[in-house]
Order: sequence, then structure tokens, then C-alpha cells
Amino acid sequence: MDELKEVMITNDEIRTDEYLINMGPQHPSTHGVLRLLVQLEGEIVHNVQPHIGYIHSGIEKMAESLSYPQLGHLTDRMDYLSAIQNTEAVALCVENALQVEVPERVKYIRTIMAELSRLASHQLWWCVMGMDMGALTTFFYGLRDREDILDIFEETCGARLTLNYNIPGGVMFDIHPNFQRDVKAFIQKFKTKLPEYERLLSGNVIFTERTKGVAYLTKEDAIAWGVTGPTARASGFACDLRKHRPYSAYDKVQFKEILSDVGDTYTRYQVRMAEMWESISIIEQLIDNIPEGDHAVKMKGVVKLPEGEFYQRVETARGEFGVFIVSDGKKNPYRVKFRSPGFSNLFAINHIAKGWKIADLVAIMSTFDLVIPDIDR
Amino acid sequence: MAFNIYDFTTFTKSIHDGLSSQLSPTAVLAIEWTIVGLAYLLFVALFGLFLVYAERKVCAAFQQRLGPMRVGPWGLLQTIADFIKLLMKELITPKNADKFLYNLAPFIVIIVSFLVISVIPFAPGLVTFDFDIGIFFVTAVSSVGVIGILLAGWSSNNKYSLIGAMRSGAQIVSYELSVGLSLITMIILAGTMQISGIVEGQRDLWFIFKGHVPAVIAFFVFVIAGTAETNRGPFDLAEAESELTAGFHTEYSGIKFAFFFLAEYINLFIVAAMATTVFLGGWMPLHFGDFEGFNQIMDLIPGLFWFFFKVLAVMFLMMWFKWTFPRLRVDQILNLEWKYLLPINLFNILLMAAVVLFGLHF
Repeated sequence: MDELKEVMITNDEIRTDEYLINMGPQHPSTHGVLRLLVQLEGEIVHNVQPHIGYIHSGIEKMAESLSYPQLGHLTDRMDYLSAIQNTEAVALCVENALQVEVPERVKYIRTIMAELSRLASHQLWWCVMGMDMGALTTFFYGLRDREDILDIFEETCGARLTLNYNIPGGVMFDIHPNFQRDVKAFIQKFKTKLPEYERLLSGNVIFTERTKGVAYLTKEDAIAWGVTGPTARASGFACDLRKHRPYSAYDKVQFKEILSDVGDTYTRYQVRMAEMWESISIIEQLIDNIPEGDHAVKMKGVVKLPEGEFYQRVETARGEFGVFIVSDGKKNPYRVKFRSPGFSNLFAINHIAKGWKIADLVAIMSTFDLVIPDIDR
Repeated sequence: MAFNIYDFTTFTKSIHDGLSSQLSPTAVLAIEWTIVGLAYLLFVALFGLFLVYAERKVCAAFQQRLGPMRVGPWGLLQTIADFIKLLMKELITPKNADKFLYNLAPFIVIIVSFLVISVIPFAPGLVTFDFDIGIFFVTAVSSVGVIGILLAGWSSNNKYSLIGAMRSGAQIVSYELSVGLSLITMIILAGTMQISGIVEGQRDLWFIFKGHVPAVIAFFVFVIAGTAETNRGPFDLAEAESELTAGFHTEYSGIKFAFFFLAEYINLFIVAAMATTVFLGGWMPLHFGDFEGFNQIMDLIPGLFWFFFKVLAVMFLMMWFKWTFPRLRVDQILNLEWKYLLPINLFNILLMAAVVLFGLHF
């Protein structure tokens, strides 16, 4: 205290100092154990330094001692909201390495499940976004509709969150006899609920005032920082792998890649809302046309990849997810590297949050749709 | 003892006369003060608990769930259980906190709320103080509450608390203006600052109807500014859960936290009660000009019920927008006040003055 007094006496001019606050590791807006060291002047953000490592689980290292079919189970635990797409990436990578052609039925099922999972992820993002902006009611609306998707997942494979559904060679179980009926019922219902979302949050004047024109991310910056997914597409970066590098059944469906060249918080919000409509349309195109056939091809008991390097990327709800496998011909990989969308997206925050207020920083983090285990794996 | 639900004047008078015949004036005064004080404490505690329960039920209804259902029938005892839990919790004082101010702050906030409640007429004859400057007293005293919040934020030795307190300071000082000016608008119509006089003036027609356009504008400005003054959503910047964890009361625990919590709900009641008293006729029944039959039926409902019915209606309105709107940002909240509400209010005062001057009201 004495030191403080001296400082105050010697500095006769009134000045404001920058100060640091820790947002996290326990903080309501970081949705997990992310720590942001925020440099503030009053309410204005000068610098954001993300610190990760609080829930590091060493998945890449663990993968080196697991067999290829076991690999998928770990990726489920990374981005738990895109569990289907993560396992799909591993399955595709292994299939491509072994040059296994999976039945058409598997491709259709994988695509439908991936789109359902994208819808569920965007629903959760929407309700959390509203909550971060202070509209607490959105949380329950989003979770209410997500519940229907999780019920479908549960009926299909017994799990609701970490599904373990895609395996190298196909899917673990065939779809439930009620699958098509339930999905169609859900789509019918959700089509009436989505305009409700728009009315509750998108159309709200406070929401638009808080998000429009806030925190621009330019296309060049998005590319430079490696930002992918809806976040980058809101800045005009056409990076939808479903469109540009189709995998599974994405080459058989018509859908729009949602692009915008504005790049503010509001556009990042709108792109995800529009993507939900596109996902609905993709599911509708596929659900009646699932071909008959096997749900998996018979794989060898021990899967061994040929020597070499294999890379497969898929589009998750957050952006581009990549699996890079280096194989030395044994039954477990020599080295595995995951390219997770959240990790690259997170570090663009400092670039765009500078000069905006604390409340905007929270909104920006929401529009980046961070899942911490995806960043910190 | 003549108890009459329509008019408490005879009831209170008979108590006073009964005591006066037995005791000296000083003793009578002491006893009456104690009774009134205890009555207010009881009212605030019970009504505060009821409000917490009501808010949880209302927000549950908006969010498509049931709310508290387990403790007691329909969860009626939930808030009482919560209150007992808060009473038994440890009171934690953070390291390097300014202990005196830290302990003082919740009391300032809650005492201010108690003071304002004392001038609100619940029913005919059921009011403690009836100053001739009643409205002025309300605005003057309620603005002291911000000191408690600022002290809480400052003394907690926590940056989040400090940011919350500073936001709250800027917000409450700004919105005091709108609250004051919209009340002044109605004072012009009423011609008195005495709260009983204001209620009496609405015997034939509530002021919100009597003053038509300017009164309606003043009512909406008052409800918006009043919500901002109570630090409730969409103006809950001071607590902004997703940004500042819990804002100015982050470091408070147990009963001290409960004081802030209770004060928020009393303030909600005060804003609703002031809106009722000044705009919606206080405890006056709904009367329309010459419809004698209608007016007589309305008179059958006691004033106490009218008052609480209107208060709860206004509270429901405020809960409604708390649970549907996102939170404003700090610069927007100040813009809203200084660039929109204040000019509207100043214009509205002129409008009301013209209406009163030329006798354009009903």
C-alpha cells in the first residue's frame, strides 16, 4: 500500500493504466477450461492471449500405441460435438490407405449422420451464443430441439454424444428400422422451429445492434490465420470441403456453400443459421434414397496400413478437420497429427478483438464456436 | 378494533387510540415504530422470497420447463430452503479486501430499498410516511443505492467486481435522470408531489388514461429506466454473467450475497409499485367516467388487491423482457439513455405541460 501511495503522489497527472484480467480457466463465457489473458483499458480490449493446456489429454501420443480401428474412439473425444465427422475422417483415411471401397449405403448413412451432427452442433452453438449475449432463454430452445437428434443417435448406435459410429470399412451398426421415419419427423418439426430461432434472437434489435459491424475478419486474414469453417466463409473464404473436395455422398447432393464477404460477428452468426437450412436440405435429398446393401465391408482382423503418409480432411461443424497418419507398416501408426479447426480459429481472436469491448470479445468467442478439447487435445 | 379491508385508516387509528389510552406518547411511538418496522421486515422477507419463486416460475414458463417442483407442492418451499442454505453458508472475505467497506456495502443497498418502500401506499390508510415531497424522497433515496454497489465493487479486491461496479455506477447515474424526468412529467399532471395526493387524483381515471399520449410515453420510459436502475436484464451489465462472472457481487457469499439478491427484488417491487402508484392509480379501482354499474362492481374489490394485482402485472412485464432480450453493451446502454430517452423525456415534459395548460387531458 505504501508503494502505491508513493506512485500516486509522484504522478500528479491523471492517467488510466492498462490492466490484465484472466478470463478462465473457470469462466462462464469460455465454455470449458480455456484461459484468455485479456489486456484491458477500461472496457476496451487491447490484447487477448489465449493460454491452452488445461485439459491436454495427449490424444496424438496415445494414438501411436493404438490400432487403427481404435483410433476413431479417441477422435470422438476431441470435438465431441462433431464426433461423427471426426471418426469419419479417420475411417476415410484408413480406407483410402488400404484402397477399400465402402458400399454406397455406408456413404449415404455417413453423410446423413454427419449432417444431423452438424445440425446438433449448430443448435448448441446457437443456444450458447444467445446465452453469451445475455438472452438466457435461447439455451433451452436449442437444447430442446437437439434432444430429438440425440434420440435418433441413441436409437442408431446406443450413444448420444461420443458415438463411435464410423469405423474403417463402414459403420458399426446398420441403421434402425425407424431411422428414416424419425429423421423425417425431426426435419418436419425442426423446419417450424428454425424460424422461431430467427424470431427470438436474429430479429432482436439489441442483438443486431451488438453484432452488426463488430469485429471484422477480412478474407486475407482468415486465410493467413488458417481460419476455416463457417467463421471463414462469413469472410468470403470459400473453404467448404463438402463442396470443393467431396467425400462420402456429398457429390450426390445439391447444396449451396454459404458465403458472405462482410465478416463481422453478425455475418458469422447468419452463415451458421443458413447452414442449418442447407443441412436440412441435404438430409432431405438423401433420406429417401438410402441404397440397400451392407453396412460395412469385411476388414481383416488386424488392420495394417502400407508404409507412407496419409492425409484426409473433412468438414466438421467448426471447419476443416484433418487426420495425418504416418505409417511404418505396423498395426499401429508411427505418428498421428490432427488438424483441428478450433485450434487455428482460436488464435485469430487476438487479431480481430483488439479495440472492441469485453462484451464484444464474448460475442466473438461465441461466433468462433470453440470446443476446448478440440483445441487442446 | 374495527377492521375494514377497504380502508385501513380506522384500523390503524383504533390501534393508536387503544395504545394512547394506556401508555405515554413516547412509549406509544416506540411501540408503533417497532410494529411498523417488523411489519416491513416481514413483508420484505416474505414478498422477496415469493418474488424469487415467481421469477423462477415465470422464466421456466418462457423456457419451456417447469421450474422448481420438488420442495413442497409445486416447489413452493424451494426459495425458503434456498434462503436457509444461504443463511448457513460461510461468509468469506477475500484477501486484501477493504473489510469495513466490504461488510458495509450490502447493508447500504438493502437499507436504501427499505427506505423507499416506506412511502409506498399499499391500500387506503396503509402507508408509513406521507410526505408532501414523497416523489422527491423516492428519487433522492433510491439514488443512494448505487453507493453500496460501487463500494461492493471497490472493496472486493477483484477486477471483475470493479468493472461491474463502474458499469453500474455509470448506468444508474444516467438512468436516474429518466426516472426522475418521467416522474416529473406525471407530477405536472397531478399537480402534487405527495403520493397520497397523486393516488387521490386518480379516483376518476388513472393517470395513464387521463394524460393519454405523454403519460403513455412517460410510462414506457419509466419502465425502461426503472429496469435499468434495478440492474435487471437486458440492462444487467453490472452482473453480466457471461462477461464478468457475477459482477459487483462476485466475492460475496452467504447472507451478504442474499442481501444483494433480496435488494434486487425489492427494487423490482419498488419500480413496479411506483409505476402503479403514479401511472396506474395505485390502490384505486378501475373507474371509467359515467359507467356507474361498472364502477360499483370494481369498488367491491379491495384496494390492497388492486395494488398487488397491478404491481404483479408490471413485474411480469419486466420479467418478460428480462427473459427474452439479450444484454446491451455498455456504450449502447449509455447511448440509449443520453441520445434517446433523455430527449424524448424532455420533449415529453413540454408536451405534458401543454396538455395540462390547455386542459387537453380527460
